[in-house]
Amino acid sequence: MPEKFDCIVVGAGPAGTACAYELAKAGVNVLLLERGEYPGAKNVMGGVLYRKMMEDIIPEFYKEAPLERPIVEQRFMMMDKESAVTFSYKGLEWGREPYNNFTVLRAKFDQWFAEKAVEQGALLVCETVAVECIVENGRVVGVRTDRPDGDIYADVVVLADGVNSLLAKQLGFHREWRPDEVALATMEILKLDKNVIEDRFNLEANQGCTIEIFGDATKGILGTGFLYTNKDTLSIGVGTLLSGLIKHKIKPYELLEYVKNHPMIRPYIQGSEPVEYLAHLIPEGGYHSIPKVAGNGVLVVGDAAQLVNAIHREGSNMAMTSGRLAAETIIMAKEQKDFSESMLDQYRMKLMESFIGQDLKKYKDATHHFESFPQYFEQYIPMLNRATSQMFTVDGASKWEKQKKIWRDLGSTKQKFKLARDMMKAWKVMK
Amino acid sequence: MMKAQTIEEKQYLVRFNADTKSHLHVLDDNICLTKCPDKICTIFCPAAVYKWEEVRMHVGYEGCHECGSCRIGCPHENIRWEYPRGGHGIVFRLG
Repeated sequence: MPEKFDCIVVGAGPAGTACAYELAKAGVNVLLLERGEYPGAKNVMGGVLYRKMMEDIIPEFYKEAPLERPIVEQRFMMMDKESAVTFSYKGLEWGREPYNNFTVLRAKFDQWFAEKAVEQGALLVCETVAVECIVENGRVVGVRTDRPDGDIYADVVVLADGVNSLLAKQLGFHREWRPDEVALATMEILKLDKNVIEDRFNLEANQGCTIEIFGDATKGILGTGFLYTNKDTLSIGVGTLLSGLIKHKIKPYELLEYVKNHPMIRPYIQGSEPVEYLAHLIPEGGYHSIPKVAGNGVLVVGDAAQLVNAIHREGSNMAMTSGRLAAETIIMAKEQKDFSESMLDQYRMKLMESFIGQDLKKYKDATHHFESFPQYFEQYIPMLNRATSQMFTVDGASKWEKQKKIWRDLGSTKQKFKLARDMMKAWKVMK
Repeated sequence: MMKAQTIEEKQYLVRFNADTKSHLHVLDDNICLTKCPDKICTIFCPAAVYKWEEVRMHVGYEGCHECGSCRIGCPHENIRWEYPRGGHGIVFRLG
């Protein structure tokens, strides 16, 4: 006899677990399916988890969750071959309650979070793949799993199955992603003594630093490198649009090696020991790529719904909030015993009204713009480095002469106009 | 010097619980042979799962990170991509 639940959530990442947690807390009978050996076994993240959206679900989670370091400094490096212009903000307010964000290791964090959902009453079943949605009369009524007699039924199914979201694709909610809608990130975890980390990154105990690296980290192609401090490891990685790797015929692990050995980066990681290598896709299509997120008996949350703000490296926070909003909608739908699309579509409206919809809308054309016009990364970052070097090198030339040299370095009048136009356009897609 | 420079060394750092059968299938080797001079999957796959062997594509699915790039990036939609059976495949321990 087939099992029947109020709700099945597919995928125990931040989106699915947030949804299951909220549902279970409200007394909804929820099954949380995970294909990995444990939650987090299939998940990869550079490592920044934002406090606010997690606390909307579990207040003061930071007192017990397995976190690495609260981030007190965020640096942004505009990197050239042998130089970098760095912008940074360090603030001690980020190092105390209520905190801004933390580095985490996802295999540990996701297990902890899923356990919290189980404490609330969710049923977690791992090592189980949901291979397809069961659709009857135009309505999702359950999922087919890869277990024997694996059909499971529910009033509503939440697809939190990650960036590949084969289930939403099966339902026709989105076509296959294009290579310019996903970024391929590779990353290594490097073991390094805690004290060495604190010395190198100018940190006290229980303080962390993140560095985002633009420009030569990706050899000029659109993407970023990153270097984050954990307790006694570093996370170093590089992500570029898959389309960029294809176009430039670059092996992602060789790009990672390039970043690790870059003279601006190498001193940070010298003497560390790689302990894990990871690769994952990040949905970076943005606003225009958000698929249909609500149907009859089904909702889509997190990466599966392309909810990532690549410009601000936010994703897991959007995942959690989308899971929470999906849960709110399901609780309402359950009260009214109506799981139709018109009812569940309230989730989409909540999503669009929230910071998620607003922020994705704000940057809706940014990725596409910077992909279409490679000069920002290829030319303007090196130019900025040359100008900075010129201005701060004391060589007897007057500052007026130096400004003239920098001005000449910008190229012909035509090229200067182009630069001005590009800056205007960049402002337009970012504002 | 830094260790784990090559992809083989990197893959040694990862735990896999490989299934006995592949979850990745190249549908038609002939398409790779005749229509795909770049064999681009052999370049962008982050685990070097795909290796061209003169007339056929060798698929080392045991080392797959399950990222999905090959399914999306194959210019001829010539790769059938599924998840490994529940509990199988890559097992990330940290990140």
